[in-house]
Amino acid sequence: MKNTRILITGVGGQGTLLTSRILGRVAQMRGMDVKLSEVHGMSQRGGSVVTYVTLGEKVYSPLIEPGQADFMLTFEQLEALRYAHMVAPGGHIIVNTQRISPMPVVTGAAAYPEGILETLAAKPVHIHPVDALAMAMEAGNPKTVNTAMIGALARWMQSDKELFLEAVRTCVPEKTRAVNEKAFLIGWEHP
Amino acid sequence: MKELLLGNQAVARGAWQAGVSVVASYPGTPSTEITEAIALFPEVRAQWATNEKVSLEVAFGASLAGARSMVCMKHVGLNVAADPLFTASYTGVNGGLVVVVADDPGMHSSQNEQDSRDYARAAHLPMLEPSDSQECLDFTRYAFALSEAYDTPVLLRLTTRVAHSQSLVEVGEREMPPLKEYKKDVAKNVMMPAMAKGRHVALEARMERLSRDVNEGGCFTIQDGSEELGIVTSGIAYQYVMEAVPDAKVMKLGMVYPLPLEAIRNFAAQVKRLVVVEELEPFIQNQLLAAGIPCEGKELWSIQGEYTARGIAKALGREVAEGMAPQEGLPGRPPVMCPGCPHRGTFYVLHKMGLTVLGDIGCYTLGAAAPLSSIDACLCMGASIGMAMGMEKARGRDYSRKTISVIGDSTFLHSGMTGLVDAVYNGGHITVGILDNSITGMTGHQENPASGKDIYGNPAPAVSLEEVCASLGVQDIHVVDPFDLKAAEKEVRAALDYDGVSVVIFRRPCALLKEVLRNPKPPVVITDACVKCGMCMRIGCPAITRDADGMHIDATLCTGCGLCVGLCPSKAIAEGGKA
Repeated sequence: MKNTRILITGVGGQGTLLTSRILGRVAQMRGMDVKLSEVHGMSQRGGSVVTYVTLGEKVYSPLIEPGQADFMLTFEQLEALRYAHMVAPGGHIIVNTQRISPMPVVTGAAAYPEGILETLAAKPVHIHPVDALAMAMEAGNPKTVNTAMIGALARWMQSDKELFLEAVRTCVPEKTRAVNEKAFLIGWEHP
Repeated sequence: MKELLLGNQAVARGAWQAGVSVVASYPGTPSTEITEAIALFPEVRAQWATNEKVSLEVAFGASLAGARSMVCMKHVGLNVAADPLFTASYTGVNGGLVVVVADDPGMHSSQNEQDSRDYARAAHLPMLEPSDSQECLDFTRYAFALSEAYDTPVLLRLTTRVAHSQSLVEVGEREMPPLKEYKKDVAKNVMMPAMAKGRHVALEARMERLSRDVNEGGCFTIQDGSEELGIVTSGIAYQYVMEAVPDAKVMKLGMVYPLPLEAIRNFAAQVKRLVVVEELEPFIQNQLLAAGIPCEGKELWSIQGEYTARGIAKALGREVAEGMAPQEGLPGRPPVMCPGCPHRGTFYVLHKMGLTVLGDIGCYTLGAAAPLSSIDACLCMGASIGMAMGMEKARGRDYSRKTISVIGDSTFLHSGMTGLVDAVYNGGHITVGILDNSITGMTGHQENPASGKDIYGNPAPAVSLEEVCASLGVQDIHVVDPFDLKAAEKEVRAALDYDGVSVVIFRRPCALLKEVLRNPKPPVVITDACVKCGMCMRIGCPAITRDADGMHIDATLCTGCGLCVGLCPSKAIAEGGKA
């Protein structure tokens, strides 16, 4: 069986690391091999960040190369466009509709691209925009954006809902377990 | 169930299992999490040391005393620790001593791309290189055994993709060797010329023995494949090779110095084409060529940056699938200072004053980026002060009146103090800004001697930066809140005008400190008085954006720090709740 490759992209500080930890736990619970690659240090300060997750029977390289990702989970629109070429033809992009202006836009040196979702839709991939912040608010905590996104991803991966829920439960602090479960289920219901 | 661990966490686990007692390190990406993970084991005495040289000296002392000890650093940290390293190679060890060094090919978070393997050869030390988290654990354990068996410090080399990748690891329990006996041994441990000459002989004999022994196996594996192509590789490159050319015959080296040259010669004889796959320098390739083993390597790929499976496959003439072309013309997203960052005030003032700013290593290096565009030079830890001194010597006192060094609190204690005392001693007229945010920020918040806490978060004596500077002979010392822009400019002006060495301590805690986050302020608000002059855009705060309608505050990013409030000439920015 072919390995499954998932790319997580966003802006440093958005909490992409928890997302990859939950995916890693899912792989472990299914008895699969898994590798995760993260970036620490300077790029975590509001820069563009990428996390690679590969699971399957045997994983060698922790990296994902252009055109290889089966799924991309993106926390910010511009970052979805920046990394869209990493997704395999026919792959899925789950994109949070949030926009965060990068410094060249803030200073007026560049403009934030308009119509990103339309540009993405014209590519040979499946686009699934989600308003993860609204979902997280509905769940009761804006910090559960990650879990709502994972809910949507799990649905598109056609995964076992209970398995993912169990992974979420074991990866989040006990006192936020209920709200994270709720956010996951909202994401699952509205992929 | 196996555990999913970062390479760094697996090194910590391996050291713990091997019975390590003492670990001393200075934080540095991508090595920092090793020592953070070690500090979670109550049996180990861990510490953040002031710099890598001190770290290695502490670990060496622990080894001398008979305990297993470890020291961890990033590649450039090994430059700082090189002095004790080269002579520890002569003395050898008592308890096992492991020196972990993490290289950063691709420079994700570093100022250069040096290859630390060259240190192994230069210092005549064995070096192991794991390729995933399981090997991080196994090789660390083995490194301690090797260290004691051959009476030598052992280098363990990681790269970013091994240190910061997670993979599954079979973990075990701690096996605690007894503390070895300490015996005074002047001939072995006092490195004066007469004794060092004897130890150099012992060192070469040990390396000769090891160079022979490594050929017997244990430190390399061979995976069978087609005789058409043989690959010699190690570390993360091995993982790429296994994806790129799964049909090749592959020799994976666990020990990259000394090389098992005879085993490699045998391997080479079994294949028609021999290729070395290694990131950065042709370290293995050049040794093979020198030993008369024909091979290809750097003719096929770069000495710069990271490799990928696809890049390797392509260079070896394989067909590879190409994905879509990346979208062109997108605005970049460089890292930025966080909203609420105290450095923003400092750099706004320095930029406004038009000063030449000599920078240092830390979050504040981001002061080089637009719109603050302050920093003129950045070299290495502690260099800002010496650079200011050299500039004054070259261009004179009038120039030094328009020049300032900036250095963080942790960096100052790491290697800035020596530069400062040099400037005092040599009659410098320089101004040094110490950016005191009371933590080591860039590497993810490690305590330092000025924090008042140790690695465990326990209270520790807090070194006073003012008193350090005063005792080093600085007679003009200013302390200012960088968010009080008027006062900051006034103090900097006074310091620049002072004839001698002056210090301005810009003091405000990091916006990400728990103590700061615990007392959040409401976001600021833009009122109708805004005339869209754009003054607030000059501080480069990610929470302030501008479109056709004017300025906006992103309430999810704004920390309510209020720096922009004082900057607005129309008084159109109100602190939260006061609009």
